[in-house]
Amino acid sequence: MTVEPGARVDAPEPLTRVDAPEPSAPESGAPHVLIIGGGGTGGALAHDLTLRGLRVTVVERGEITSGTTGRHHGLLHSGARYATTDRASAVDCSAENKILRRICPGSFEENDGLYVAITDEDAAYEKEFLDGCWQSAVPAKRVEREAALRMEPGLNAAMQFAVQVPDATMDAMRVPLRFFATARRHGAEIKPFTEVIALTMAGRTVGGVKVRDHAAGRDYEIGADIVVNAAGPWVGKVAALAGVNVPVVASPGVMVAVRGRHCNMVVSRLHSPADGDIVLPQRALTVVGTSSWIADDPDDLRVPADHVEMVVRESAALVPAIARAEIRAVWAAARPLIGEVGGKKRRSPRRVARADAAGHGAGEAATGPGAGSGAGPATEPAGRNLAREMRCFDHATDAAPIEGFVTVAGGKATTLRAMAEATADVICAKLGLVRPCQTVDYVLLPHTAWYSE
Amino acid sequence: MSARFRVSRSARGEVESHFDDFDVELESGATVLDALLQIKRRHDPSLVVRHSCMHASCGTCGVRVNGREVLACDTKVAWLPAGKPIEVEPLANQRLVADLATDMVDFYARYEPVGMPLVRGAGVKAEVDAGIELPEGVKSFGRFENCIECGLCLSACPVARTSGEFIGPAALAAAARVVAEPRGRELAPVLALAAEPDSVWRCRDAMACTAVCPSAVDPARALSTLRRHVAANGLKRFLGRGA
Ligand SMILES: Cc1cc2nc3c(=O)[nH]c(=O)nc-3n(C[C@H](O)[C@H](O)[C@H](O)COP(=O)(O)OP(=O)(O)OC[C@H]3O[C@@H](n4cnc5c(N)ncnc54)[C@H](O)[C@@H]3O)c2cc1C
Ligand code: SF4
Ligand code: FES
Repeated sequence: MTVEPGARVDAPEPLTRVDAPEPSAPESGAPHVLIIGGGGTGGALAHDLTLRGLRVTVVERGEITSGTTGRHHGLLHSGARYATTDRASAVDCSAENKILRRICPGSFEENDGLYVAITDEDAAYEKEFLDGCWQSAVPAKRVEREAALRMEPGLNAAMQFAVQVPDATMDAMRVPLRFFATARRHGAEIKPFTEVIALTMAGRTVGGVKVRDHAAGRDYEIGADIVVNAAGPWVGKVAALAGVNVPVVASPGVMVAVRGRHCNMVVSRLHSPADGDIVLPQRALTVVGTSSWIADDPDDLRVPADHVEMVVRESAALVPAIARAEIRAVWAAARPLIGEVGGKKRRSPRRVARADAAGHGAGEAATGPGAGSGAGPATEPAGRNLAREMRCFDHATDAAPIEGFVTVAGGKATTLRAMAEATADVICAKLGLVRPCQTVDYVLLPHTAWYSE
Repeated sequence: MSARFRVSRSARGEVESHFDDFDVELESGATVLDALLQIKRRHDPSLVVRHSCMHASCGTCGVRVNGREVLACDTKVAWLPAGKPIEVEPLANQRLVADLATDMVDFYARYEPVGMPLVRGAGVKAEVDAGIELPEGVKSFGRFENCIECGLCLSACPVARTSGEFIGPAALAAAARVVAEPRGRELAPVLALAAEPDSVWRCRDAMACTAVCPSAVDPARALSTLRRHVAANGLKRFLGRGA
């Protein structure tokens, strides 16, 4: 086979749609949704809404994925991590793990994960862990010591046994870029370096945003039927622009990248989620993490030195070579820990969507592990056991209602699509539209498409 | 630790740029990216700079520091000569968005057609030979390719500076990877791409690409291997036996 010079070789992952025709560009009269925040949540939501025929604009103050998204650990969760502490999250992760592999083919190091038992206490935890996995639909299988060491010779030889689960490694930026690229192909306007500096209000209704285009050095307004606050740990700051109180604190965690690829599988400690218990290979690096503390400002994440030591020490208990490896980078990423006031903790995308669409639910206090103590940075210094589920606030159901304004935060990068689905359901209900979600089977453009003109 | 940064500034669409000076106080392990983010936070929120992963893995934070291509997140301020301003400029041979941010569109226009998959087989054969056993259900271990698509090599390349059409080191290194590990791909189109006039034959072996590459791709070596493949394939085609 010969090819004309300059001909493009077929992209490895063409855009295909499993079961439905290509969406037509949204009609000019279609409702316009403006999304604040170009992280994974904003990208997945833009994709979902364009497939439902809406006009979408995303504004991001920096580069796309420059918030929490680009710097997360890179674990495509199997759900196992939450199997004993947060069943709802475990179930979501298990489902989304399969969906993301299908709609983002070629974007993961699909090498599975091992939960490693080192102490007798770890070993005693096996039954609870396997039960939790089973009840969360997470495939989990015991692997004896010798077999585990043949798969991963770098494991601590003092290990007793391991449990294999379908964890994988993702590229924290390139997976979301596929959502952004596909959304843009379907008409979404995506504006990096564009910061929201005010919300334009007509009485108690949000009618759009005022932005500052840092690259051009000018301010302008964008009108919208609904404004979505998807600003991650900054949601509190953005909500305050509308006079809305979203009680949120930033809870950063430290990650350390060391030189050398010390394992191929994701290696975790077989115990209840704790600090420094995930070892993740990525290219020629091994990334270990994480920890958590409370920060006043999500833009000022200074890394506490003792957290670095702790994370390296704990992860070296799993893969000893980490203790001797040269550190290449140390950084932090912040989760938004959202308080209970006005928040609806997500159970499953569909359930929350129905509750919110019916006009109640969003105003209810949440229940579950985070309830009560969840809002209190003072009472909960670490935040590890606070709920990490997604929260979606329709501010029309607040005690002091604001129309046209929805906040979404929390969740995990693994569940970005499900978060988008739940939020898009709320948005469609608010707009009086019946448009089902279509993202489950939609194979996304490759990340390189984000950079095409 | 305090340092003076001299940062290149230009608004979108502006041809002229100028330097702004900022004096910043930094913690001892701070990177150039930490310094730039501090400038944004404390001195001038309008500074336009790209970043995402903070650990030399996404490839967005490429800049020129004191004239040399680096990843800002991977360059400690303490490594740079003290006592004189640290000059930070955007990458060269690429379109400018504003300040330090370049538009990677031209880079990907050359890189993407090669069609290198993001995930490679991690030299699984060698590992299996070394006694590594694959977990049940995993057909082969995979890992992301080394290239993080940062464009440092293209910025440093003297040929790209004078010849805007040159496909550039990263794309050719990617082509060499496809040839080395085809993963079911048809090689002829890749070799044809590499054989174009603005491709392997343009390279003058300046080695600047390999010197700046932060991710051990060694584009210069990949390129010379590829050149041998292209030459061999050209000969075979001449003899009627090539791809
Ligand atoms: C330490 C740590 C490790 C993690 N590891 C994993 C993992 O391994 N696997 C996993 O699945 N999940 C992981 N997560 C969770 C995951 O990172 C997050 O759930 C996800 O990235 C959240 O994305 P987001 O889009 O909601 O928020 P963000 O990515 O923070 O996006 C919000 C965006 O809003 C922008 N913004 C803020 N204010 C404005 C404004 N005024 N105008 C315009 N834009 C604005 C910000 O710049 C930012 O880019 C981890 C989280 C942490 C903290
Ligand atoms: S070859 Fe190296 S310098 Fe060039 S884009 Fe890839 S990682 Fe960057
Ligand atoms: S921020 Fe990702 S490479 Fe520097």
